[in-house]
Amino acid sequence: MARMKFLCDSERCIECNGCVTACKNANETEWGIQRRRVVTLDDGEIGKEVSISVACMHCSDAPCMAVCPTDCFYPTEDGLILHNKDACIGCGYCLYACPFGAPQFPKQGAFGARGKMDKCTFCAGGPEEDPVLEEQKYGANRLREGKLPLCAEMCSTKALLAGDAAEVADIFRERVVYRGHRNSAWSSVEHEAAESEQLAKNAADLAYDATQSV
Amino acid sequence: MARYQSVRDIKAWLILLLVVLMALPATVLAQQGADARREAFQSMPGTQPSFWEDAMQGVSGRTQSNSPGADTLIMVEGERWREIRNQWISPGGAIALGGSLLAITLFYLLVGKVKLEHPRTGRKVERWSRWDRTIHWFVASLFIILAITGLSILYAKWFLMPILPTSVWAAWMTAAKNIHNYLGPLFGLGVLAMIIKWLKHNFFNMVDLKWFLKGGGLVGKGHPSAGYLNGGEKVWFWMIVFVGLTVVISGLVLDFPNFGQTRETMQLFLIIHAGSSLLLMAAAFGHIYIGTLGTEGAFEGMKTGYVDESWAKQHHDLWYDAVKNKTKS
Repeated sequence: MARMKFLCDSERCIECNGCVTACKNANETEWGIQRRRVVTLDDGEIGKEVSISVACMHCSDAPCMAVCPTDCFYPTEDGLILHNKDACIGCGYCLYACPFGAPQFPKQGAFGARGKMDKCTFCAGGPEEDPVLEEQKYGANRLREGKLPLCAEMCSTKALLAGDAAEVADIFRERVVYRGHRNSAWSSVEHEAAESEQLAKNAADLAYDATQSV
Repeated sequence: MARYQSVRDIKAWLILLLVVLMALPATVLAQQGADARREAFQSMPGTQPSFWEDAMQGVSGRTQSNSPGADTLIMVEGERWREIRNQWISPGGAIALGGSLLAITLFYLLVGKVKLEHPRTGRKVERWSRWDRTIHWFVASLFIILAITGLSILYAKWFLMPILPTSVWAAWMTAAKNIHNYLGPLFGLGVLAMIIKWLKHNFFNMVDLKWFLKGGGLVGKGHPSAGYLNGGEKVWFWMIVFVGLTVVISGLVLDFPNFGQTRETMQLFLIIHAGSSLLLMAAAFGHIYIGTLGTEGAFEGMKTGYVDESWAKQHHDLWYDAVKNKTKS
């Protein structure tokens, strides 16, 4: 069974906001709702600026699901976290728990009362039998059509990757190997020159990994 | 000839040297180019562990999104809020409410109802005016409604959701949230009125200290003296003042999210609101018990406004004396 994931390659993201636009267009979200956003850190500082596209990360242990008073979230077979808008009461707890700021609320009532929560569905629609209703409520269901989320499909630099976690990881791993990996990309350990032999071995291992399909 | 030969040799050597010298920078440059590109790749900010460590600490940047907190890449406080709410508030509240109910039940079974020591005289003394009773029942009924809806928001998914069809479940929860949100501010007004109306009766004095030392009549013989309100009632009043106002103020912060509160503010006030309201509910069980089942003749005071003379003499002797002297003179 596939486990769907997004991955944004921060070396490639150029903050064009194409993913944001593509998402809004694919899902025809309500006014004021932006399911995906690009965050630029150290904006304008030469050599330090990094942009990353963020939306729902479809967590394995989803905080939104854990705190929802109506338990309206559910995991799908593809490892996505979807939600039932009929059961949503707009309390905002999911927004307070989510690390990525994914849940969005349309302002519908008086005194800032929130409408039904809206968030990225990985272009997988929602719990509605009727496809027309599904599209109105939850946006596109591209997965059913055999397509991936439009944000990733439209990404001009292929910074944003979406799909089966193993495949996405393979693509990214290949990029890391090509770029070389002082301290192995994610590691925080400072390697000594004497460990260069181990580094070469790691590189060989990773290069081998990158040739494997899974 | 030998001389020419050596000149030719030197020429050949020079040419060779020239070729080598010309080729050398090219390879060095090529090597340098590859190193520079690799160096650039490896020193890009996104590949630095420190960058991701910062991201995990919740750094903020710039974004085109206008959602509150959208400029923060990873909000780290949410996980802590989830833990406090799900691991501490939820079970803690259940233990507090359950414990309170259990203690009251045990007390009822072991000690039982506090009966009137002397038969009713039939003469009535006015204890609570129409205003007092109106405020009391206004706050009390809102308290019960807010407690039921609030507890639904915290606990109902564990026991109500599995037995209700989704549509009924969704309708109940939507109603619960709206009732809770709209009645909350009215409850706040009621609490304020109550505090203002009853503040003058609720300053502690030496009589209350003696009342506490005798455990409100549970320790030692005879009922301790009490004025219009006894020590226990005063404690409940000050709980309403401090805990009740905490509930009201934190509730108002949550009820009106349109003043730009951050997610972190809302998390904090949700914890304060849930914790203090659960505490107040656990204490309210005791208040309700004492006012109804626990004390013979107490409920009619808040129902009709009048209590029996023998009840007044037994529970609030100083107040009874004061009222008697007043009516005599």
